[in-house]
Amino acid sequence: MKITKIETLENIANEIRIGIINEVYSAQSGHPGGSLSCSDILAVLYFNQMNIDPKKPNASERDRFVLSKGHCAPALYATLAKKGYFSMDDLINFRKLGSNLQGHPDMNKVLGVDMTTGSLGQGLSCAVGMAIASKMDNAGRRVYCLVGDGEIEEGQIWEAAMAASKNKLDNLCVILDYNGLQIDGKVEDVAGLVDIKEKFESFGFNAIETDGHSIPNLIHAFDSAKQKKGMPSIIIAHTIKGKGVSFMENEASWHGKAPNEEQYNNAISQLKQKSFVN
Amino acid sequence: MNIENKIATRQSYGEALANLGEKNENVVVLDADLSTATKTNIFAKKFPDRFKNIGIAEQNMMGIAAGLSTCGKIPYVSTFAVFAAGRAYDQIRNSICYPKLNVKICATHAGVTVGEDGATHQMLEDISLMRTLPNMMVFSPSDDVQTKWLIHTLAQTQGPAYVRLCRLATPVIYNENEKFEIGKAVMHGDGTDATIFATGVTVAEALKAKEELAKRNINIRVVDIHTIKPIDKKTIVKCAKETKRIITVEDHSIIGGLGSSVCEVLSEEYPTKVERMGINDTFGVSGKGEELMEYFHITAKSIIEKLCN
Repeated sequence: MKITKIETLENIANEIRIGIINEVYSAQSGHPGGSLSCSDILAVLYFNQMNIDPKKPNASERDRFVLSKGHCAPALYATLAKKGYFSMDDLINFRKLGSNLQGHPDMNKVLGVDMTTGSLGQGLSCAVGMAIASKMDNAGRRVYCLVGDGEIEEGQIWEAAMAASKNKLDNLCVILDYNGLQIDGKVEDVAGLVDIKEKFESFGFNAIETDGHSIPNLIHAFDSAKQKKGMPSIIIAHTIKGKGVSFMENEASWHGKAPNEEQYNNAISQLKQKSFVN
Repeated sequence: MNIENKIATRQSYGEALANLGEKNENVVVLDADLSTATKTNIFAKKFPDRFKNIGIAEQNMMGIAAGLSTCGKIPYVSTFAVFAAGRAYDQIRNSICYPKLNVKICATHAGVTVGEDGATHQMLEDISLMRTLPNMMVFSPSDDVQTKWLIHTLAQTQGPAYVRLCRLATPVIYNENEKFEIGKAVMHGDGTDATIFATGVTVAEALKAKEELAKRNINIRVVDIHTIKPIDKKTIVKCAKETKRIITVEDHSIIGGLGSSVCEVLSEEYPTKVERMGINDTFGVSGKGEELMEYFHITAKSIIEKLCN
């Protein structure tokens, strides 16, 4: 069921953000910054773009999604719960002993998770494998893979990029959550990562830059990636780390930290004000 | 065993793979620019659409294999053991073993028997690294017949597996109709003077030693541990109970390999002194494969000397 109404998708993204804050607050650990920055991307993917059905979570013909930046599991779990793979009430069990919602996504524990991730740099290779399998079988599946900007400092990302291009994986769409921050500070300061669009283009990618918080722009970018034949696409989504919660925005310190009670109440009230319904 | 009829297990692997490709269309093969050495080129020639050369990018190759397996493929992944178990350890751990994916890592050029390439290419720690990973099955076949059986059997066995293969041509030990079972060691003889636990290229050496020792009235048994994990505890304990000495011999570090595996079983189940022969906490050197086996004292001659002392 594809949702096309922009306002509805924006509301879904906001609900994902509320889910993230609830998860990280109840666990008193986790990664809110990068989860909030990719919420709009996930809302568009799961509610507008991907061919998936929560009632048939293992259907072989379904599209696949790999959260290569696995520490943003709170965003993925909130999205899957909202989509109906499991109850939103489960989110408060995130990171707790006995819960299926592990600190990083486990494909054998959580319905809807297509690949186990967590060690940065590895998910894109897995997505490349899925896209190759789809090509081998003429299955028509599309494979989406979300990578972080800090994550692409890992050499394996570029090995995978080379393989994606060599195998002409036009059924692969990488999304870069380009929020500019990593744990120790700015991405360009920590590792000197610059000219990202040119880098991917020189690796044989169709690179599309867009505002990663604009639902219509994201839809346009995904649709345009689908049209490109003979090469993989990357959507360089310009985002704000901590997006939606004023005191978390653009603060590297909120990469992996849980809010206290006061901060939690503040964050939830900010997000609830943004909801158009409920 | 006809010691004149020699074949390297990497060759047996390549031939088995090409044969398996006909029987199972889900089998796909990945290599990292070493397909002429790992012998996956035999499969590649026969099934070009089901073979992917990933280039010199072993970490990426493991991840691609993981992704392929989530879509129902059975990837057999090859490179040299040092680049598989060593370089791509974290990818094997997190992208293959943790999610328990159906990937078969068939690593050739294990041990000092690689020869001339020297220490950087002689993997002496792979059994140790691979057997510590949960969900991983670890195999070290000893000859052509056993390798071919294993490669076919793994296609029917769900879950991650590591297969340790060698460059050096070694004697064909078994008859073609020999039956094997995963996790069940093969016992040669029932001598009670000593048990030699061997794996991979050292099994033939142990068997040669057994024949020679019999002439000197020393009766030993040789146990071929082709499955390092899950290990055959029952056979190990039985041999410790029935024989006077327990010796392990492997073309691998004595730390964490077959010797350690046997020690772990016996220290818990039937405390027994274990004498470990293998590479003793050192790197390899260049030389011919056979010369290096002598240099590191893992040949029939060294086993005989140990038992005659």
